[in-house]
Formats: sequence, structure tokens, C-alpha cells
Amino acid sequence: MIDKRVSDLATAVAPIFDGAVIMVGGFGTSGIPFGLLAALLDHGTRDLTIIANNAGTGEDALALLLRENRVSRVICSYPRSPGSVWFEKRYEEGLIELEVVPQGTLAERIRAAGSGIGGFFTPTAYGTLLAEGKETRVIDGVGYVFEKPLPADFALIRAEQADRWGNLRYHATARNFNPVMAMAAKHTIAEVRILADEPLEPESVITPGIFVNSVVEFGVRP
Amino acid sequence: MKPLDENGMAARLAQDIPDGAYVNLGIGLPNRVAHFVPAGREVMYHTENGLLGVGPVPRTEQEDPELINASKKLVTMVPGASLFDHTLSFAMMRGNHLSIAVLGAYQVAENGDLANWATLEQNFPPAVGGAMDLVAGVPQIYALMRHNSRDGAPKVLKRCTYPLTGAGVLTRVYTDLCVLEVTPEGFKLIDLAEGNSLEEVQAVTEARILT
Repeated sequence: MIDKRVSDLATAVAPIFDGAVIMVGGFGTSGIPFGLLAALLDHGTRDLTIIANNAGTGEDALALLLRENRVSRVICSYPRSPGSVWFEKRYEEGLIELEVVPQGTLAERIRAAGSGIGGFFTPTAYGTLLAEGKETRVIDGVGYVFEKPLPADFALIRAEQADRWGNLRYHATARNFNPVMAMAAKHTIAEVRILADEPLEPESVITPGIFVNSVVEFGVRP
Repeated sequence: MKPLDENGMAARLAQDIPDGAYVNLGIGLPNRVAHFVPAGREVMYHTENGLLGVGPVPRTEQEDPELINASKKLVTMVPGASLFDHTLSFAMMRGNHLSIAVLGAYQVAENGDLANWATLEQNFPPAVGGAMDLVAGVPQIYALMRHNSRDGAPKVLKRCTYPLTGAGVLTRVYTDLCVLEVTPEGFKLIDLAEGNSLEEVQAVTEARILT
């Protein structure tokens, strides 16, 4: 029998270890697994690498991981947003290594990792500082930059609804990075608003359960 | 000098958004362009976080905290809207599917270079977001910006001094003083904001303005 349901957030994040590379879904405040991040804070692991679009705002759970010095490296497209005070403070103190990746390249590197692709040539960032030190190639007159896949040990994602098989569907713009991150981690944990007893309608499944290791209900919609 | 205010700048640019266009509006001032598109035109607005068909700001009872735009502001969806994940959203950009992107800018140059993601300040963490993906794949890139910075420093330049977002990617520049087309020869004047002369505008512009 396949049953990916776990009873609580703490159980869901228990496999996470010190030094882990962790993808965190979401964009702005939408689609962020705040329950799992709060459980990760309680879990106490350190020296984490966080792969996410943003680097937390105010005192949200991602910002608190930075405040508590649990994060040593951030791979991110837009770390500086209004209210990203803890990221900016730790960055200025030199406590965080930052890799800035263009947003589409971030998504595609994650997709490559989840799809068994060994890298790709993208026109994004060609001729800029973010292409320095990378292989480039001109193909049919257009300049491209070679980008490598970006895998992770864990993905913490948020969805609207799941069934026991780990199939997921999303709500509005809370989808964002969540489906692609689910594919790219060795162990994907999904926090969902509704954990359904019945299987999801197959036509409505956005993330097939094969990409998901565990699902946990967290009813709050932030 | 009679500079346009921010609404005036957004309204001027909106005149040039054609019916049926698929348009990405950058965060900040570019977002305001949507309010001024002339009646009778249907424009589909794309937001990088996975929505094509961005509608106006919601009334209180319509608010959905998980329905936001790239500026992280609450939005609605228009009829015909669609939702998708980040890989599809950025395929729309890089794959030449959008018509126009309107972006803010720190600096623009007469060779079409755009700088809008990093300054030269060491402690200021850079944040690129989707800007480099947009300029890589959207055929029409419009910069919407003040002609000069608040302290008077020129932003319409011969060459950018800040790190580039993209080289030679701009098609047009809309400022509070004029509209410029980027041509192989340099900036060519399209029009001036009402009440300003070319001589006055040229005097506060580092780049040469061709007519």
C-alpha cells in the first residue's frame, strides 16, 4: 500500500540533517511552506543551504532560520526585498554565502536536476556579470551561457490539496516553484491545506505523487 | 523644464501598448501602465510568478492572499486568464512568446544596454529576479524611468557604468521628459513631454539625442 501521509510537521522534517541542501518553494508570501519551515527551526539543524526565490521577509519562518544562524549559504534570485532585514543583516556581517541566479535560470536548473538533464545553454545573462567564469557558446548567431543542474537533498513545498498517494494540486499563484522543486530533491515534503481521503481527480493533478515522499496537513492559508 | 509625474509617464507609455499584446510589467512604476491602457484594447498581462491575465487590485471581499503579482501585491484574474508554474512562466519569456516587457532602470545607454539589477555599492546585495530572462527573450523591451536621478545625475548615457542586465536589449526609453527609440545610430527622439524643448532636454542628457 502506498500512503505518504505523516501525522505532524515535526515528523515530516525529522529526516533533515546538518549541512543539508534544501529547496523551499514559494514566491513572496505565496506558496511558502511556513509550517514546515517553523518545524525545521524547532528541529535545530544547522549549516543549511537554502535554494529559494526570496530570502525571507520580516520575522517569517525563513527569516527566522537566518536570524538563528542556521543557514550558511543561499541560492536565490531576489534576496533583497522590502523587509528582508535578517538576510541583509547576515549578508553584511559576512555570515552568508550568496549565489544570485536569474529567476528563470534558477527554475530551469532545478528542472534539469529533476529531469535527468546534464545542463543547458540559455540566453539569459549572456554578456553580464552573472555569466562570468561560465562556458558560453554562440548558436545560430545568439549567445548562450551553459548552466548546470541544481539538485537538493530536500524540497519543502506547499500545495492546496493532496491525497495519500502524494498527488498535489495548487491554488492560484501559490504554484510557482513548488512543482519543479518537488522533482529535483532526493526527499520532497509537501505541506498541504487539505489532505483528502479520496484520490484527487487525475486531470487536476499538477504534481504526480511519484515526486513526493511525504505529505502533511497544515490548514493555514497564509 | 516640465517633467511628467509618474502617472503621466505611465499614461504616455500605455498609448503604445497595442490591442492583443501579451505584456510583462516590471515591479514598481511599470506596474502602473496597466491603469492607463486606452479603452477598447484587450491586453493580457503576464506576471513571472505564474499568471497570464492579471486583473486589477481586488475589492476587500475578492482578496486572495495566494493570488499576487511579481511585486507581491494582491491582484485578480481577468476572463481568459491562466495559471502555471515557474518553468512555463519563464519559457514564455525566453521563448519569445511575450510581445513587450516594461522595466524600470538605473541606467540606459545609446547602444541599447540596460542596467537595473545591481549598483556598485559593496554591501548592497544584488537581486536580479526575472529581469535578465525578460531581456533575453522578449522582442520589445521598454525602459520606464526618470530622466535623471534625484540628485541630478544622468541616467540616459553613452555607456552604462553599473553592471548590465543585458547588452543591446532596449528598444525604447520612456522618461518624464521624452520618448526615445534605440537605433543603430543611437537614441532617436520620438516625442517630448509637453512644454519641453529638445535643447532643454539635450542639456540634461549625457547621450546625444538624434532627430
